[in-house]
Amino acid sequence: MHKAPADTVPEGLDARLVVERGAFRLDVALSVAPGEVVALLGPNGAGKTTALRALAGLSQLTEGHLRLDGTALERTPPESRPVGVVFQDYLLFPHLTALDNVAFGPRCQGASKAEARAQAAEWLDRLGLTDHAGAKPRKLSGGQAQRVALARALATSPRLLLLDEPLAALDARTRLEVRAQLRRHLAEFEAVAVLVTHDPLDAMVLADRLVVVEDGRVVQEGTPSDIARHPRTDYIAQLVGLNLYRGEANGHTVRLDTGPAITTTETLSGPAFVAFPPSAVTLYRDRPTGASARNLWRCEVAGLETHGDQIRADLTGELPLAADLTTVAAAELGLHPGAEIWAAVKAAQTHAYPV
Amino acid sequence: MTRPTDRSGAAADTLRGGPRRRRVRTGGGGRGAPLPLLVPALIGVAFLVVPLIALLVRAPWRSLPTLLTSAEVWQALQLSLVCATAATAVSLVIGVPLAWLLARVEFPGRGLVRALVTLPLVLPPVVGGVALLMALGRNGIVGRSLDSWFGITLPFTTAGVVVAEAFVAMPFLVISVEGTLRAADPRFEEAAATLGASRFTAFRRVTLPLIAPGIAAGAVLAWARALGEFGATITFAGNFPGRTQTMPLAVYLALQSDPEAAIALSLVLLAVSVAVLAGLRDRWMTAG
Repeated sequence: MHKAPADTVPEGLDARLVVERGAFRLDVALSVAPGEVVALLGPNGAGKTTALRALAGLSQLTEGHLRLDGTALERTPPESRPVGVVFQDYLLFPHLTALDNVAFGPRCQGASKAEARAQAAEWLDRLGLTDHAGAKPRKLSGGQAQRVALARALATSPRLLLLDEPLAALDARTRLEVRAQLRRHLAEFEAVAVLVTHDPLDAMVLADRLVVVEDGRVVQEGTPSDIARHPRTDYIAQLVGLNLYRGEANGHTVRLDTGPAITTTETLSGPAFVAFPPSAVTLYRDRPTGASARNLWRCEVAGLETHGDQIRADLTGELPLAADLTTVAAAELGLHPGAEIWAAVKAAQTHAYPV
Repeated sequence: MTRPTDRSGAAADTLRGGPRRRRVRTGGGGRGAPLPLLVPALIGVAFLVVPLIALLVRAPWRSLPTLLTSAEVWQALQLSLVCATAATAVSLVIGVPLAWLLARVEFPGRGLVRALVTLPLVLPPVVGGVALLMALGRNGIVGRSLDSWFGITLPFTTAGVVVAEAFVAMPFLVISVEGTLRAADPRFEEAAATLGASRFTAFRRVTLPLIAPGIAAGAVLAWARALGEFGATITFAGNFPGRTQTMPLAVYLALQSDPEAAIALSLVLLAVSVAVLAGLRDRWMTAG
């Protein structure tokens, strides 16, 4: 949840990050309360990693500000910022054992070798890695390496923890397990945590609040459930698996800017979004008689993709949309790219909300 | 209007872990080399190998033990080893930071500095020796001050041998280490910085261990080059037995008076070279 805006509480992160690189401009405002986990979610090239690097001090800000617990950090070099980073590919020092990787930070902060190792051992223990303390990074599994990287970042007692695609380097099976663990560790972390991901599931599981970044700017911000229910851009709608349209609402009808109208159950007026999941679409080979569904469009199959045990049909025509159906249904309908098809959606399955 | 664009492809790719591509092999294996290439290639091999075989064939194997245990040979060998090692040490102390500077810090004229630093690689060593005399000789632009302020004279001393060898050999180390640094992921240094390490600490505790194989390879190359140094050494340090007469100088001198001794000395240098090559191969294999 969005706990408190930073202007009332001096604690936490308050930043406006502007980084210009050639034609690309990142301009993102972020305020995060201590204990809150915020995910920067966006497609590749949106500027998420640039934002993370700017927070860590690895990239210079062109403009803007960066305050952490009330202290201005924009001119502070990375080694003097109270910031810990878990890098996408972890960047564990290959010549050091897991223990010495974790001890590296405390050692740089002035702890003696013995103290640093004792602290590192404690962190490894907390993350369930005691058995691997003596292992070199290349001997660790992906999940273990990820936890060592987390321990290494946490061992410096950062006030801001940054995670760059923390689960991207893991295979699907490990990912599930590590995601759950990481969620637990992030929940225990008392300072500000910001993670960057292009995976909506990671973002929704790990973060209290999502900040969706597209093309260098914030396009939507809110709790995971809020964003899942009310996507405001194509990108987000695709992420959460919805068909999303924008038009002008008038009562139970939203007339899309391109022509067709969608009947909804909500009563609205003015500019509105309409969204419905691909599973709400029913396909017919011939125009259905009776026409119980008023939302009926003539479409052409543009493509078919296996999607688990489902088939997702990409349809063009009157209303471009994605539809999910079983392989059996697809066979019965004789779906193939170029096939003409009727698509119907019940009003009750749509969801309309104001722009 | 907003429309759900091609989501299905991306979603399915994530599920399957990306599209698989089959590797297609191109080019034929096992076909013979055409004669216009094969003949010169074989001549090339012979050209490089026959002289070494000749050295072995003509070696005075019977008198070898006596020749190699003579005081002069022993003295020259010892001096060579000490000077080459000292020159390598000097190269390491100033060459590794130089390589780091060239690889990691952007500064105006970096390309020019790199070119100047590697010039001794292609410069005739005799020219290097003359240049060193002009710089560090008793009347050289730096040597004059060294002499009058500290009473240090380098030319025609054992230290002068080290200077001449380091001048010729250091570029090998710098090139090798810079290449390794460029190949090493600079993000490890960034990771160290986020953990509170200053740039120097990051270099010492992260970069240096990571590039150790490259440094070792460069040091061996530099050492081998220093051991064989002739032109710059004889020009800058002269040819005084026991003080500046290294193995290559001794070989050259012996060839005029006692060819058998020259062959024997050459064999020693050949053995050292083969050992270096073997060592390097090993290093490269473990590093790769």
